[in-house]
Formats: sequence, C-alpha cells, structure tokens
Amino acid sequence: MKEKIFLIEKIIVHLVVLLGLIVMIAPFLWMLSTSFKSTKAIFRFPPDWIPNNPTLINYTKLFQTLDFLTPFKNTIIVAFSITTLSLLICSMAGYAFAKFQFPGRDKLFLGLLGTLMIPGQITMIPVFLLLKKLGLLNSYLGLILPGLASAFSIFFMRQFIRTIPDELLEAARIDGASELYIFFKIILPLCKPALATLGIFNFTGSWNSFLWPLIIATDEKMYTLPVAIANLGGQYQTEYGLQMAGAVIVVLPVIIVFLMAQKYFIRGITLSGLKG
Amino acid sequence: MKKDIKVPLLFLAPALVLMLIFMILPIFVSFYLSLTDFNVFALVDWSKAKFIGLENYRKLLNDELFWKALKNTLYFVAIGVPCAIIFSLSFAILLNRPDIIGRNLFRVGFYLPHITTTVAIAVVWKWVLNPRYGILNWALSLFGITGPSWLGDPRWAMPAIIMLVVWKGLGYNIIIFLAGLQNIPEHLYEAAQIDGANRWQQLFHITIPLLRPTTFFVTVMTLIGYLQLFAEPYMLTDGGPLNSTLSIVLYMYRQGFKFFNLGYASAIAYVLFGIIFVATLIQMKFRDEEIQY
Repeated sequence: MKEKIFLIEKIIVHLVVLLGLIVMIAPFLWMLSTSFKSTKAIFRFPPDWIPNNPTLINYTKLFQTLDFLTPFKNTIIVAFSITTLSLLICSMAGYAFAKFQFPGRDKLFLGLLGTLMIPGQITMIPVFLLLKKLGLLNSYLGLILPGLASAFSIFFMRQFIRTIPDELLEAARIDGASELYIFFKIILPLCKPALATLGIFNFTGSWNSFLWPLIIATDEKMYTLPVAIANLGGQYQTEYGLQMAGAVIVVLPVIIVFLMAQKYFIRGITLSGLKG
Repeated sequence: MKKDIKVPLLFLAPALVLMLIFMILPIFVSFYLSLTDFNVFALVDWSKAKFIGLENYRKLLNDELFWKALKNTLYFVAIGVPCAIIFSLSFAILLNRPDIIGRNLFRVGFYLPHITTTVAIAVVWKWVLNPRYGILNWALSLFGITGPSWLGDPRWAMPAIIMLVVWKGLGYNIIIFLAGLQNIPEHLYEAAQIDGANRWQQLFHITIPLLRPTTFFVTVMTLIGYLQLFAEPYMLTDGGPLNSTLSIVLYMYRQGFKFFNLGYASAIAYVLFGIIFVATLIQMKFRDEEIQY
C-alpha cells in the first residue's frame, strides 16, 4: 500500500516538473517553428507546431535585404573582445589581491566589492557623455571599454587564485622567474577551470547585452544583434516570421555554448549566487 | 606572500584605471549632473549646463509620470518577487528529490530562458501573448477560457510582463536553491524520519527554515534585479498601454536618451539607486544575523 502511494506520488512529481519543462521550452520551439513559416501560415489558428510548407524566406530576407551579417559580426567582435580582455585584466587584478601584501589592500578590495551594489544606470549617463566627448559613440571601443573591468570577475578570480599554493610561486621566484612569467606560465594555466567558467559567463553576458549598445550604437553599422532585433520589431512590426528568425539567430549560438558547457555554467551560478 | 607595492600595483593598474573611469568617477559625476539642468543644448556645449541644486528632485516629486513609473515598478516587484520565489523554490524542492529521473535535463531546460537575450525572448513573447494567434490564449482556449488582450489592456499588460520575467529567471533561482538544498545535512532528515515526521512536516520544519539564508539572498537579488526592469517593457509595450508598464529605468531612458534631459535622468537614476541601496542595506543587516547550523 505504502509502496503504491509512493509510486503515485512519484508519477505526480514527474508530471509537474515535466509540465514546467514544457512551459519553459515551448516558446523556443514556437520561435523556431514560426521562423520557418510564411506570413500566411503564421496567422493560422489553431497554430501548427510543425510548419506545413517550411520556408527559408525569413532568413534570406534577414541576411540579404536587411544585412544582418553586420550586427552579427559586430556582436562577435564585441563579445569576444570583452571576454578575452576582461579575463586578462580581471585575473591580473585577482592575482594581485590574492597573492600580494600591500598597504590598503583589504580596504581597496572591500571598496571594490561595494561597487557591486551600484546599479548600472547610475554610471550610464556620465560614461555616455565621456565617450561622446572622446568621439567614441558608434565605435567598437565605446561598446567594449566600459565592460572590461568588473568587480565580480576580479572577486571570482581572487577566490580561485587563493587556492594556488604560495610555495609554487616562491619556488619559481627562487629559480629566477620574473613576475610576468609567473603570472602567464604558472597562474593562468592553473586557472583554466575558473577562466572557462568566467569566460562563458562574460561571453553570454556581453552577447546578450542590450541597454548599453542601444545607447552607444545609434548608427546602423554599429548595431549589435539585440539592438538590430529590437529595431526589427519597430520597423517590421507585423512580420513575425522575420522577427522570429532574428531571435533564432541571436539565441542559437548562446544555446549551443550553453549545452556544451553547462557544467561550467552551473558552477558559475552557484559560486556567484552563494558567495556574491 | 610578497611585500612589494610595485608589482601588485602593476597587475592592478589596468583594472583600477578602468574602474575609476567607468565606475567610480561616474558615480560622483552622475550625482553632480542630477543637480544641473543638463539638456540637449548642453550636449553640444557642456558650459550651457547650469547648476540648479535640488530642483530636479523637486520636479520629480511633482512629476505624475515619475510617480506612475515608481508605482508600476513597485507593483511589478510586489507581485513578481513572491511569484519568482514560490515557483523556483517549489521546483527546486521537486528537482532535489533523489528519485527524480533526468534531473540534469530538467535543469538545462529550466535554465534555457535565462541565458538567452531578453530582446529575443520579448519578440517571441509578443507573439505568444498575441490575443488572436498566440499560443497562450490558444492553450487557455483548450480549457474553455478566453484569454485577454494581454499587451493591449492596461490591466493585463503588467501581469503579462511579470509572467515573462518570472518565467525567464526561474532556472537561475532554481539552481541557487538547489545548491542551498544540498547544504542541508542529510542526517536531519534521517532523524526526523525516525521520529515519524512525514514529508510535509519535514518540508516545513527542516527544509524551509534551514533554507532561509538562501531564500533571503535570492529574494534580495531578485528584488534588486526587478527594480531595474527595462528591456521587457521597452520591447513589448514601450511603457503602454496608458503608461501601465512604464518602469523607472524605462522612464530614465526616455528622459535621458530620447529627450536628452540628462540632468533630470540622472536624478531619476539616483532615486533608483537610493531604493536599491536601502534594499542592499537591509540584506546586509540580515546577513549578519544569519542562522548557523
């Protein structure tokens, strides 16, 4: 009897989470399906989940007429630059905080953590004005520079580098290794798991970023994918197929990266969640 | 540990310089800007901006649209945060059961919306919420319910946005809750079982009380995130209908980057900062009193 109750309970629990899963992924499946539909097929009710006559017209229009290749290229350039440069800069700072003793270190570190609670909207306007003055609106530099140094990344790297034994560094110093050599040839290789986690985090973050590119990139040539898609919504309001195709293009790379690296993702989340 | 200031400073320099230029100084500049009438004319020639003291803040007090935005944001937070916590906690507890088959698949599936850009999500949801052709009202019609015109109705537009935002963040919170659940010592459950406590008693007397630090953390982080609501209403409704989804950040964006009232927009940003600051202080105060087990 008790066994039977447990079995029923088990089935109910699985049904509930399965229902939850369906609610979570249904919009994605619908997005994919709609992106292959002609305008006529989109306005069919009840909706078809699998397009009757799948068409690539939305994708060809996106790339040929609307030149989505440019925002795609921009997003790749910006996301890759932010990811790699930020990893370098923040692991350098993390190393300094983890492995050196200097006056004011702990206060500086605390102040750094304090900036975590500053909402981005506060800094947005002055940075916009500064970049305008420097003529960096509508430039890669304008999109990249403000995103490079992050308190969270420095904190994350410091936590990891602290676990590297001091003896290792001392031994290298006795062997006459320079500080740069130690950083690039000992610290960074040992940090691979942390760099991977943080890198994936930063990559998806900058790939998806919207408000800042929206402000800085006012010229079509500098649009990133999210901005280009937002504009698509304004100009081609009723062309849902086109909008869905755009959504697929910006979402798909991130989903692929996520599926390949979900182990790192989960680690990053738990770390950021519990120790932030 | 090495005690030499030159080397660490060299490693710190790039990060510190960037932080100083793009983070620390702007915080102060922003406050100063909020005390000026910096507008579209000053954009061309900075010297055109005049110091006006607290005038922007005084104007905010009498700005009906700002109060509307504030009220909308608080409404969004008041409904959205509890929904987010209840759903993610429930699913985390279910997914934490040892007898769940395919836990990893569920984790990945639930997490999917969180990693994807809001802009794309919003495009898709606009279509999901379409009153005539959308799947939401189609799904409701299967149960004989006629769904509302979600984004066209001032009463339903904010609930629709809440739905989207809660849906999007669910996976993230679930993972944090799962990590918290794994920290609860197994022996407590064993002891409770020996004492004859059933599942519900275990849930209410062990799981939920011991999860309190995690719940608290998730609540405050969600709250801070929700106070900064922007992309969803920007994309879905542009604040409408009848300003029913105008949020604080959307209003700030409008004032700052559409009308270029950058002084006024800075004042809005500072009010938002004040609210978030208070939320953070409350969190820190409670964190010190965190229960130990």
